[in-house]
Amino acid sequence: MDSAIIISAILNGLLLGGIYTLVSCGLTLIYGVLHIINFAHGSFLMLSMFGVYYLLTLGQVDPYLSIFIMVPVMYITGYLLFKWLIGKLSNGRDENILLITLGISIFIENLALMFFKGDSRTISVAYSDQMVEVGPTLIPLTKLISFACAMLLCSGLGLFIKYTDTGKSIRAVAKEKMGARLVGLDVDKIYAVSFGIGLATLGAAACLLMPIFYVSPTIGHVFILVAFTVVVLGGMGSFLGALVGGLIVGLTESFGGLYLGESLGQIGISVIFILILLLRPVGLFGAKK
Amino acid sequence: MSQSRSGASHSVTWKLHLAILICALAYPFLFTSNFAINLGVMALFYALIGQSWNLSGGFAGQLSFGHVGFFGFGAYASTILQLRYGVSPWLGLPAAALAGAASAGFVAILSFRAGLKGSYFALITLAFVEVFKIISNSVEFTGAGLGLLIPKKIGFENFQFKDRLAFYLIILILTALSVATAEWLRRSRFGARLAAIRENEEAAQALGIDVFTEKVKIMLLSGAVCGTGGCFFAQYFLYIDPSIAFGLDKSVEMLLVSMIGGQGTVYGPLLGSILLAILSEGTRSISQVQGLSLVLYGGLLIVIIAFLPHGLIELFKKIKPSQSRGTDA
Repeated sequence: MDSAIIISAILNGLLLGGIYTLVSCGLTLIYGVLHIINFAHGSFLMLSMFGVYYLLTLGQVDPYLSIFIMVPVMYITGYLLFKWLIGKLSNGRDENILLITLGISIFIENLALMFFKGDSRTISVAYSDQMVEVGPTLIPLTKLISFACAMLLCSGLGLFIKYTDTGKSIRAVAKEKMGARLVGLDVDKIYAVSFGIGLATLGAAACLLMPIFYVSPTIGHVFILVAFTVVVLGGMGSFLGALVGGLIVGLTESFGGLYLGESLGQIGISVIFILILLLRPVGLFGAKK
Repeated sequence: MSQSRSGASHSVTWKLHLAILICALAYPFLFTSNFAINLGVMALFYALIGQSWNLSGGFAGQLSFGHVGFFGFGAYASTILQLRYGVSPWLGLPAAALAGAASAGFVAILSFRAGLKGSYFALITLAFVEVFKIISNSVEFTGAGLGLLIPKKIGFENFQFKDRLAFYLIILILTALSVATAEWLRRSRFGARLAAIRENEEAAQALGIDVFTEKVKIMLLSGAVCGTGGCFFAQYFLYIDPSIAFGLDKSVEMLLVSMIGGQGTVYGPLLGSILLAILSEGTRSISQVQGLSLVLYGGLLIVIIAFLPHGLIELFKKIKPSQSRGTDA
């Protein structure tokens, strides 16, 4: 096969992988700390994307500037939602939290369907059509920006967890809940903070995604299985894993489409997911328990 | 698992079974409009596939997000047999049960062999269905993305009837059989072993229960029930495609009717599906907006998990004096 096609498949795969990393790093944080699977992750991404959409169409706010609004808004949403609802109602069982987040996602998605109707919307900004020449191919500027920010965001989160005081207490709670409580950490608050940060990353992701993607009430379905795959492949709770996992999954999809065709090409992601769960559930970078 | 669920499998006397059956039989003769009968068919259909989820999810505690896959295997099996090999849909019904059981067994053996449980099991069932969906969307054998259309030829031998009443009676029989299966499970040693696994898998193992085999067995049974639902669905709508057969929304609805009605109970799925049918029709008459009934249902799921872990059926038990048999699982 022509080397130009291979190179452009690699580039496309990496760009796509960047988006997947972006969407997944919040999910891996929530899993790593709370050991819960947040099924509503896709729905919150959808909500954030609608937020960005209306900030532009109604408030004339540039999608990239929306980051400064969406990140705090989603953080507060996540913090309060966990504090008042998820944490209270789960009775401490992880399957219950999975089901509660499922209930939340059904609730939000159908509410969105009622208000926004089923059709997909896109936005257009002045720089939508700008291209950058990379090797043999042209790449939209917006995709490069989202890729660069995804890498920054994911490594930034990794450093935040590793070096800041909040990060250290989050890790302490993730590792040893009882011990963390004994040394005086407010465990319930750390849980709510982690959930808030997880959702805040979605606020950022939405701002970077909106210029290159579309939004509809069911957009979460496009990302949810992929995000789970990235998180499981990289190792639940590992940011390096989310980064590498996202890129692997993006490349898999790109090359799957190239060699197997558009329809059958998507099978690679699900197959990776199943194989990892069956053969190495801790993932590539996950800590053994 | 700290909560006791001994109250979940409460005793239902044969009088109650009979009363419910008579009500179900009388319904299409009291409400004869096409609309009412269609509503009854859909309520019973969701009760059937909800019960199939309940057998493994409620009675054995194996949380699955992929039950629609077994439904889809059943639907494709009977439809393909009919369209490509001229096999009567009546024979398609047991074939669909076999296909449903086979697909459930395949997923169960692989996942349980790898020791997956809880949320991990839920996620892998989701991924298997995605694989099924992509394959059925891509190969010619299943009609790819266009799906399979069953030609309309009304006649008993074709499982097609002029009167919707016939469909109602067929789905009533299938659903009654699924309820009978649940009632048998509640009383049997097999059901008691599953309850032990649901409450504490390690403890069940220590008691000498072959956890792996029991879990695979209940998944086979559950898949078979789900497969017949698939065959019925394909014959009722005369159409099947990958997003119907392997779409996440049906998995979610099975889980919802079962959890909201009462998981691990004999009549929970029926109660949940009647409620879903009434809610979706009721909200449709209030507003044309799609989604309202599922908004209510999503909210209800959260409330149920938090406050009524045994589902709405618990409310009925609180009114009635307890009839619990001492030998309950």
